[in-house]
Amino acid sequence: MKNNYFKNYLTLFLAFVVLGFFVPKWALYLMTVSLNYGIIVLGMLLLARTGLVSFGHGLYYCLGAYAAGTLKPLFGVNEISIMLLSSIFIPFIIATLLGFLLRRYRDIFFAMLSLAFSMILYGLLVKTSRLGSTDGFNVDAHTLMGFTLSNSPFERYIIFLLSLFFACICIFLMIKYLKSSRGMLAEAIRDNELRVEYIGASVKSTIHINYVISAVFAGLAGGLTAITVGHIDPEMSYWTTSGEFVFITILSGTGSVFAPFVGAAIFETIRSFAYELSPNTWQMSLGLVMLIVIMFLPEGIWSLLKKRKNK
Amino acid sequence: MAVIIDGLTYASWLFIIAVGLTLIYGVMKILNIAHGSLYSLGAYAAAYFGGLWLNGGMPIYLVFLVMFITSIFIGILFGAIIERGILKRMYDKDEIVLVLVTYAIFLILEDLIKLIWGVDPYFLYQPYGMLGSFTITDLTYPNYNILLFASAIVIGLIITYVLKNTIKGKILLAVIHDRELSLSQGVNVSFVYFLTFIIGASLGAIGGALTAPMISVQPGIGAESIVLAFAVVVIGGLGSLPGAAIAALLVGFVKAAAIHFMPELDLFSVYIVMAAVLIFRPKGIFSGHEARKI
Repeated sequence: MKNNYFKNYLTLFLAFVVLGFFVPKWALYLMTVSLNYGIIVLGMLLLARTGLVSFGHGLYYCLGAYAAGTLKPLFGVNEISIMLLSSIFIPFIIATLLGFLLRRYRDIFFAMLSLAFSMILYGLLVKTSRLGSTDGFNVDAHTLMGFTLSNSPFERYIIFLLSLFFACICIFLMIKYLKSSRGMLAEAIRDNELRVEYIGASVKSTIHINYVISAVFAGLAGGLTAITVGHIDPEMSYWTTSGEFVFITILSGTGSVFAPFVGAAIFETIRSFAYELSPNTWQMSLGLVMLIVIMFLPEGIWSLLKKRKNK
Repeated sequence: MAVIIDGLTYASWLFIIAVGLTLIYGVMKILNIAHGSLYSLGAYAAAYFGGLWLNGGMPIYLVFLVMFITSIFIGILFGAIIERGILKRMYDKDEIVLVLVTYAIFLILEDLIKLIWGVDPYFLYQPYGMLGSFTITDLTYPNYNILLFASAIVIGLIITYVLKNTIKGKILLAVIHDRELSLSQGVNVSFVYFLTFIIGASLGAIGGALTAPMISVQPGIGAESIVLAFAVVVIGGLGSLPGAAIAALLVGFVKAAAIHFMPELDLFSVYIVMAAVLIFRPKGIFSGHEARKI
């Protein structure tokens, strides 16, 4: 049984590896960005299972991107593996510190306080003219494990593989974590905190750990995005960016670790095509989709797939 | 002195945009992100119709009346559509889900504005200048600041009066206190919700209309203002009117002081205040106790 599952995942992974090689450039880009967004939403899913919605995960997304991007201007490092390490490490530190504070809050206060922190970063970056202020700056991801990447014909494909690789690792870790006893506490906390305390588990430390995990995922995705897009700006920390993550979380639902990636792919597709068709109404279509999902599919689009399976 | 006047002006502005938000939360327990859109709808409508009025050669001082009436009209129209059309079907959902619902409405309205008025900025600068200005310690301030301050006071007093001294207001307080018990006493809670939302929406639109002369009205002003209004409401304690007033003053003065003494803090001084207050008063300055859920 277990082996069978593993085989399925491996086939899926290889299918994407092959698929990525043949699709046109724009689709490859779309897939890469969806994978990056999926990683963030995977972290948000963990928070959502704990009953928390963060309107400020742009903070870690942006931190991760800047942690990766500023290595070149500050230290002259443009090796991708080091950039990504830094985009994991810095959000980890910040989230661990902020977590001590945020774990005391729930519901709207949690959402608003995390929003405040992301807006503080936004304000800081806008005022930092050395880092390009509101314009941001270009990221130069030059080498991967010592091999020169830029200007190679496979640059896009290799970056796609990189995102795919990390997405798979994140999914794997998340599955492991959700099956551990600590991971299972998440949903218990959402249902009733007090009873979780009664059975002798610590609500605060669980929330703290889940928060840090989701922040690290967002940071990693930020680093990957910086490499994919090649440009970063403070807008990544603005509250509307965090709103997008929340949107995808709602859209995909918390039913499965694969749902965030499906949700992110749908989101990116809607965005690209709606933007292409009518640049002034794409938010409207997002809003409508979101209302419909909340009204009719409170468990997200994943529940559609599940229902079909049950039949 | 400059800090005090700037602080008061900014605080008045913050109070006007935050008061509708806190009212809606107090009664309906909805943190209404769409408030930002109502703010920008009010600003656009005021800038557009106010501009038409002035260009048509109508009596110039009546432009304030035009701005006022259009924004109330916008508030009632959109408030009614949003409450009856969408929110009414959602009241059984979680507080945080309702936030997301209003976020969806916010996204829709933002694009509706772009569809109606396009993406180019509108300017309605005349009302700002026509009231003249006053000078204190060598610095000149437009009298419009006084209008803003007066509006904030008037709005605050009217709401307090209505809540404390009229039957309607007392019914509202009863609904805030205990929704189900009021229902059982024959209060039409659904209608109270409807009315509250319309009033809150109109207050947002009026806030936008009053702001229109001071800024260039363009896409994105709603997103900017709503997070500030959130900050004020959360600092004051959700749903608390005096809390909103005190938070607006606090934030207003901190921001004015930041601009004068440490300009690099300007953009996020509001959020620093918010984080600082929440650290010591996790539910804001004015907040009630909540029963533990077992």
